[in-house]
Amino acid sequence: MSIWSYANPVKFLALSARVQPVLWGAAGGCVCLGLIWGFFGTPDDARQGSTVKIIYLHVPAALMAINAWFMMLVASLIWLIRRHHVSALAAKAAAPVGVVMTVIALVTGAIWGQPMWGTWWAWDPRLTSFLILFLFYLGYIALWEAVEDPDTAADLTSVLCLVGSVFAILSRYAVNFWNQGLHQGTSVPVATGGRTVADVFWYPLLISMVGFGLLFIAMVFYRTGTEISLRRAAALRARSDGKA
Amino acid sequence: MLPELGKYAAEVISAYGVSIAMLLALVVLTLRRGRRARATLRLAEQEAKRDG
Repeated sequence: MSIWSYANPVKFLALSARVQPVLWGAAGGCVCLGLIWGFFGTPDDARQGSTVKIIYLHVPAALMAINAWFMMLVASLIWLIRRHHVSALAAKAAAPVGVVMTVIALVTGAIWGQPMWGTWWAWDPRLTSFLILFLFYLGYIALWEAVEDPDTAADLTSVLCLVGSVFAILSRYAVNFWNQGLHQGTSVPVATGGRTVADVFWYPLLISMVGFGLLFIAMVFYRTGTEISLRRAAALRARSDGKA
Repeated sequence: MLPELGKYAAEVISAYGVSIAMLLALVVLTLRRGRRARATLRLAEQEAKRDG
């Protein structure tokens, strides 16, 4: 079966109903295990003390804040090219999850930065691009709400998503591009695999990252179903009003 | 029982508190909005059936 068959809302909802119980269970299990293990079962870092425990929240949230935007980008491109409504609704459904992940990353970063850097905030390339990404999330959500016609809203938000992708990329690679600022480079470079995190911190961090990822996917499935329900209800009401 | 967090206890606990509260709020609001949307759809389908 082609992946495009899931552009049919009925097929998408059937798939969603099958995978969601597993996704929610695995997400809850991994998030709880990763955070509990990280908080209770890992030692303090020699230089950072107990603040190292913030890594189990900060890194997974930052990772998902950026990846959520990339998922929205792919869904937006599918909408612009193939006009599949489910993909536009999936992008819309992902945005509030992405914005919460961004806020968690910004807040935990500030709380972590204060004792380590001596400041809550610095206009560092990575922090600044992350803040701009947060503003793009707000703009994206506001644009969906502001435009009444859903197809026009999907078009405009898709273009906004393309533009915002620059800042999603900068959020991830700003350290490499400018090689300055307070924020350290990534501890988990996916491309090279040369992580700088010791095993004792890495395993709970990995579980937490997997948990945040699964939680994002579970919520996007559920929220896309919500958007499909609202769209269908509006269409039925419009048809009834047209007959009356 | 909390682990020994030393002089950074306030920072660590507040980071966990804020993050977990936000995640829980997101899940609860997501589920509540979903239930309302599905109820709205059921009602619209019933009305559509009734109106023929």
